[in-house]
Amino acid sequence: MIRVALPFHLQTLAGCDPEIELEVHGCVTQRSVLDALEARFPMLRGLVRAHDTQERRPRVRFYADGRDITFDPADNELPATVARGEKPFMIVGAISGG
Amino acid sequence: MTAIRVLVGTRKGAFILSSDAERKDWTVGGPLFAGWEIYHMKGSPVDPDRIFASQTSSWFGQVIQRSDDGGKTWIQPGSPGGKLEPSPDGMPQGESNKFAYDTSEETGRPLTTHQWYDGTKHPWEFARVWHLEPSLDDADTCFAGVEDAALFKTTDGGASWHELAALRGHESGANWAPGAGGMCLHTIVLDPVNKGRIFCAISAAGTFRSDDDGASWQPINHGLHSQYIPDPTAEVGHCVHNVAIHPTNPNTLFMQKHWDVMRSDDGGESWREVSGNLPSDFGFPIIVHPHEAETIYVVPIESDSLHYPPEGKLRVYRSRTGGEEWEALTNGLPQEHCYVNVLRDAMAVDTADPGGVYFGTTGGQVYASPDGGDTWHAIVRVLPAVLSVETQTLA
Repeated sequence: MIRVALPFHLQTLAGCDPEIELEVHGCVTQRSVLDALEARFPMLRGLVRAHDTQERRPRVRFYADGRDITFDPADNELPATVARGEKPFMIVGAISGG
Repeated sequence: MTAIRVLVGTRKGAFILSSDAERKDWTVGGPLFAGWEIYHMKGSPVDPDRIFASQTSSWFGQVIQRSDDGGKTWIQPGSPGGKLEPSPDGMPQGESNKFAYDTSEETGRPLTTHQWYDGTKHPWEFARVWHLEPSLDDADTCFAGVEDAALFKTTDGGASWHELAALRGHESGANWAPGAGGMCLHTIVLDPVNKGRIFCAISAAGTFRSDDDGASWQPINHGLHSQYIPDPTAEVGHCVHNVAIHPTNPNTLFMQKHWDVMRSDDGGESWREVSGNLPSDFGFPIIVHPHEAETIYVVPIESDSLHYPPEGKLRVYRSRTGGEEWEALTNGLPQEHCYVNVLRDAMAVDTADPGGVYFGTTGGQVYASPDGGDTWHAIVRVLPAVLSVETQTLA
């Protein structure tokens, strides 16, 4: 199972805990994790990635095993520690605004 | 027995204020959607238990919420909790927040850019829903005015939205430019008498009218004069802030423009200024008394550079003559050291008798007047900045 940490406002919208577990089939990548997230929580569609382009929203960042992977290609494999469920894939709202 | 519900959208959530017909004692509910910007909430005239809300965030985008029990519980239509319909690939569809611009040849014309602040071309980018206007006839139908300026419509209770593309596809669309608050379609007025007639206002394009349910549009800005644009009397390009009608006399429109309070008596074909003796004719909201078609209200603001009341005195101005002659309404409002603003969707009337008037400020106060503006009291004083105020008068 893949662990995914969500920011507060997405937790409240999805009605879930700060960290959830998802089953991801095949390669564990940004795209496959986000696909699994949106399948389980459809109310989050369009809020992490744009509906039409599937591009990350500008003020959303991704971290894995202590590394900022926001700008890595969406189909790159995530670190093994994330794929094994030892570390969470973190979705973070950028520190901007008030 | 009559009851009043005031729907308040703020920078950090929504609140529902409730009272009986006396409108003296209020119950404060909320925050709903805590931490999110609630640009607008409005109830259906057909079914007052049905309320639509625009929940938005610069980080996470747009969410449409709907209540079918007067605000007690909420769902995202189209997502779990709402009517969940699987897509062909088996994925549950959650598209209540999907506002996709229509660029098809069939319904309009591919329009990919508008004018940016510096005159360059800029792609149309959906940012948020500014205004929700439920249908006068059908509880499942609602219109949405969005940034970048476009008009959307749902006919399934908000589960899905489609653009009325002819507005943005008007020949002037590529030349529309944003105002200071972005390029937003912030005002939607549905004509209750002339069926199929819709008025929209866009900052900073101006006012538009459709007489065929949105299938075609024409700009209606003749008579506006805006000295801050290259051609002060241009057909399109004016920063209209708000437009209001009285339901019994919908051919008369009242407008608060960036500067100037205006009036039209021919459905928007022509406008004349009725600022009269206002201390400033800059402001954002304009509303019409619920029972008197020639009684209107504005909140003058110092200027486009100083968004607070002149002299630090919070004054609503009322005209009982449809403009030109205005009186200051101050009883119960702060008359010193007041530097708040009242945004365009943050003023409303109820339809009780006598008619009530309400407005919210960027300082978090919501004021109520149960007597048409003669006296005021604060329902709440320290909410987050108020973005919108709407009312429901319940039988």
